[in-house]
Amino acid sequence: MRDARGEIRRLPGPRLWLAGGWLAILVLAALLAPWISPHDPLAQDLFAGRLPPVWEAGADPNYLLGTDSLGRDVLSRILHGARLALSIALIAGTLTCLIGATLGLIAGYYGGWVDLAVSRLVDIWMAFPPVLFAILLIAVLGTGVTSIIIAIVVIDWTRFARVVRAEAMGQAQMDYVASAQVAGRSRFGTVLAEILPNVLPAIVALLTLEMGIAVIVEAILSFVNLSVSTDAPTWGGMIAEGRASVHQAWWVLVFPLAALFLTVLSFSQLGEGLKDHFDPVLR
Amino acid sequence: MSYLSIENLDVRLHTGVPVLRGVSLNVAAGESRALVGESGAGKSMIGKSVLGILPRALQVTGGRIVVDGEDLQALPPRTRRQRIGAKVALIPQDPLTALNPSRRIGPQITSRLVDFLGWSRKAATDRALELLEEVQIHEPARVMRAYPHELSGGMRQRILIAAAFAAEPKLIIADEPTTALDVTVQKQILRLIRQMQERHGTALLFVTHDLGVVSKVCQTMSVLYAGKMVEDTGVREFFRQPGHPYSAALLAATPKYTDPEGSLTPVPPGVIAAVEAEVALSDRRREAAE
Amino acid sequence: MSEVIYDVRDLRLSFPDMSKKPLLGPAPRVDVLKGLSFQIPKGEVLGIVGGSGSGKSTLGRALVRLIEPDSGGITFEGRDITHASEDTLRPLRARLQMIFQDPMSSLNPRRQVGGIIAGPLRVQGRDNIPARVREALDMVGLPQSFASRYPHELSGGQRQRVGIARAIALRPEFILADEIVSGLDVSSQAQVLNLLEELVRELGLTLAFISHDLSVIRRLCSRLLVLYRGEIVENAETAALFAAPQAAYTRELLSAIPLPDPEQDWA
Repeated sequence: MRDARGEIRRLPGPRLWLAGGWLAILVLAALLAPWISPHDPLAQDLFAGRLPPVWEAGADPNYLLGTDSLGRDVLSRILHGARLALSIALIAGTLTCLIGATLGLIAGYYGGWVDLAVSRLVDIWMAFPPVLFAILLIAVLGTGVTSIIIAIVVIDWTRFARVVRAEAMGQAQMDYVASAQVAGRSRFGTVLAEILPNVLPAIVALLTLEMGIAVIVEAILSFVNLSVSTDAPTWGGMIAEGRASVHQAWWVLVFPLAALFLTVLSFSQLGEGLKDHFDPVLR
Repeated sequence: MSYLSIENLDVRLHTGVPVLRGVSLNVAAGESRALVGESGAGKSMIGKSVLGILPRALQVTGGRIVVDGEDLQALPPRTRRQRIGAKVALIPQDPLTALNPSRRIGPQITSRLVDFLGWSRKAATDRALELLEEVQIHEPARVMRAYPHELSGGMRQRILIAAAFAAEPKLIIADEPTTALDVTVQKQILRLIRQMQERHGTALLFVTHDLGVVSKVCQTMSVLYAGKMVEDTGVREFFRQPGHPYSAALLAATPKYTDPEGSLTPVPPGVIAAVEAEVALSDRRREAAE
Repeated sequence: MSEVIYDVRDLRLSFPDMSKKPLLGPAPRVDVLKGLSFQIPKGEVLGIVGGSGSGKSTLGRALVRLIEPDSGGITFEGRDITHASEDTLRPLRARLQMIFQDPMSSLNPRRQVGGIIAGPLRVQGRDNIPARVREALDMVGLPQSFASRYPHELSGGQRQRVGIARAIALRPEFILADEIVSGLDVSSQAQVLNLLEELVRELGLTLAFISHDLSVIRRLCSRLLVLYRGEIVENAETAALFAAPQAAYTRELLSAIPLPDPEQDWA
């Protein structure tokens, strides 16, 4: 039979390349930050305060993206800030995903009282205002990277649990799941062999989205001074400082903000791109 | 004089792959014509082209669709939509998804009359009640206030038929209207469609894959393969003596419970190859002509 | 008297009706199967016919124990499987297989055809899996190259062949076929039915064939079970049923079928 099947193909679009490219550069920069940073990110030089980026008048070619009010190099601080942002994104994103997706899969496939328990827990959890919840947690746990990661995981697992539960429920209705049961596959085996691969694209998309969210949460917490120590270079901390002097030195605010924006956007676009790529029907 | 006349209709995917290859057919007022073919033959796309509801990936790339003497392709989009809305109606395949689950039945029948054709609400409601009675729905007033999920599949299909006839269209396109129904309900619905069509003198284009259904509802038929018309004939003539080897094979493959041996003859690969070759040849001719 | 594969006694099954569930307390139950009794002798091809809501699919799923009946008994090869646990059923699964209605949803879209057919073989711990997959593809008339294709790359008829290959790969005694040709074009429908008939003969299978279409069932089945609203209204040899249908519902069903014949009296 002749028809249009197989004629529609989606190429790995430019957005996958652009997003992946930016993130690859960022990962490299984060890994190599101690070696490629032109300056010590903490070194202050009060005589070189608020120097503009190189292409502006009165710039110092040693400071590519200019300096902040304390004379610290903006580029070096962004590079070092990327280390923190990315490690939080990876660790917090992965942990959130593991916990949330596992609960969601179990609830969605097994149904019954397991589903009831997980769903109610999610409902109750989501009734807490997240920002307040985070601040409360940090207040109890103390500041620091570990606390931030714990706060993100504790708050955001529900996002995975909800979506993965709905997806798994949909897949559990499909006849190939019944077919696995007719073949004698165990319930747990069915989840791993039949359902997980079909829910995976959704999980991947959420995971990258969550990584972007983790970057933002870290920035917000740094912004309100609840992240790591105030001296350490973080994007959120830089944005907070830059905000104070935006009229005198816009670059202190704009460059970390741009890095943050591009990173979060890249994470979400990477997720969408990977989702399509993982799908044999669209591939 | 044909009410609907399709001449050399070409529809392509945006990638250039042909979906309909120079299809021509006519339907006169009061005539019911079947469009028969297997999945992928493009039979639904003909109805969708007439209604102007082709999926986004497809577009009409050639030919004319003439309704009531007017070439639809030549009209500006807005006028075209108005003409189609006033003259053509659809009985859709799936009565489950064709009705909006969150609206009551009444407004779903009357809204087109009120909003689009400028009827008064009172007149539209009276008309809807009259039509529901005509499609043999008991307690039409109660059904008007019901939501779709409260009604059975057969009831919903009756309502869709009533809605299709509401604005007295001169042409109705029925797209596999009974595939989702039980045979016993299918029988009632098919008889109803035939009765309504005869009573209102409507032209009917009936898209189906079921030759049994064709023999009960239609007078003329067009057989499609891979977007190309392989036969255009009368229904009685077709069942007496199919004019094309592919049509004959299709008829032979259709099971018949009255045949004790059960006629389960698959379409022979040779027939498929021959009709594929015919399609390829006509493609080359058309390309040469362009 | 030949050996009996299935012995079903007073089978009852109900589902909770969520649309009528009161705010508190359990939902009322709707009876889907209302006390069915019948036997399937070894080697028989039994047709199960009925309209939507007749309970034919539910009966099928109860036979292969995808769902558990409320009461009554299902005996498979002398063993009571009515309430058997999944662990007890596992070794039996190799001998009772199922082919599903919708070949798209019954084939995991992320698996290649070879993996799909190998799935039940792996679960049941068979050896020589690649050879068995090759053999199964052969038997359903698909080329070996299909092993590395994905379901969406196949036509409807080809997908249904994959479903059949998966079911016969384990060499079961019994296969349940649930409306397996209703979504197919007539040309592939005839092919799939002929294939099934051939396999039944060659492998000595016992088959239960669920369908709403009496025309399709006529040649394949030796005996027919007509269901109406969860009850058996007729259980007869195929030829006898077509010659002289006993139940009013069977007569209605027969007279509603539009034969491909403009001369048929269909009023």
